[in-house]
Amino acid sequence: MVESLLFIILGAVLIITALLGITRTNPISSSLCLVFAFLSLASLYAMLSSAFVAAIQVLVYAGGILVLIIFVIMIMHLNEKDLVHLKPKYMLMLVTAVIVVAGTLAPCLYVLSRSSFFAAQTLPENFGSAELIGSVLFEHYLFPFEMLSLILLTAIVGVMVISKKKL
Amino acid sequence: MTVLPHHYVILAVIVFTIGTVGVLTRKNLFIVLLSVELMLNSANLALVAFSKMHAHMAGHIIVMFSIAIAAAEVSIGLALIIALYRLHDDIGLDVLTKLRG
Repeated sequence: MVESLLFIILGAVLIITALLGITRTNPISSSLCLVFAFLSLASLYAMLSSAFVAAIQVLVYAGGILVLIIFVIMIMHLNEKDLVHLKPKYMLMLVTAVIVVAGTLAPCLYVLSRSSFFAAQTLPENFGSAELIGSVLFEHYLFPFEMLSLILLTAIVGVMVISKKKL
Repeated sequence: MTVLPHHYVILAVIVFTIGTVGVLTRKNLFIVLLSVELMLNSANLALVAFSKMHAHMAGHIIVMFSIAIAAAEVSIGLALIIALYRLHDDIGLDVLTKLRG
């Protein structure tokens, strides 16, 4: 009971802040809305018994990525002409897209929820703990993990090249 | 009513749709970038839900990778926006017409 109440509240917060985030004119208010969206997503991860992913979500998304975006928006000194308003005809498009996606997915999910695909499994004792994630990561996914460091290095070098004064 | 993993998947689909509409309709490059982040996050939510559904840790690992790649993607996207702003003094998607020749 408490779980479903929490799910409804967090899901409503997530959807409302996401909608606010894509409809604001000012990118600063947009990113502040998305901070709340990412925090409610972190709570949803915690409800899915994955506390470590929730912690990473708060640290990296709300604490790192969005702070970086807000920082860049602030140093760019935007003028009034840079703030493009959302046109009303796009709201019509939004409503149409939501109806199309809901109409496509509702039958699929209904059929799936009848089948055994969604049958609840018994979770192991330490499911989602940092210990288990670490052991799985370093036993089965060591090579992709090392490749990730190459990707991050490429991103660092790429950012430095792109944002040079003279392109 | 108990909360089943497929409720989380439905929520992820809704958030993904909102992100897609944001990418398609907005002209401000920052908000387009934020909408892409929203789409990535909804995929992460679906992955964590599937991971719990199958009692298997692979979903968590993919979410870790996806978060790391999202961080790299955001930094490169912001660098591109700054380079564009230096070139045009504008960050609307309308100024991105150089490649048309």
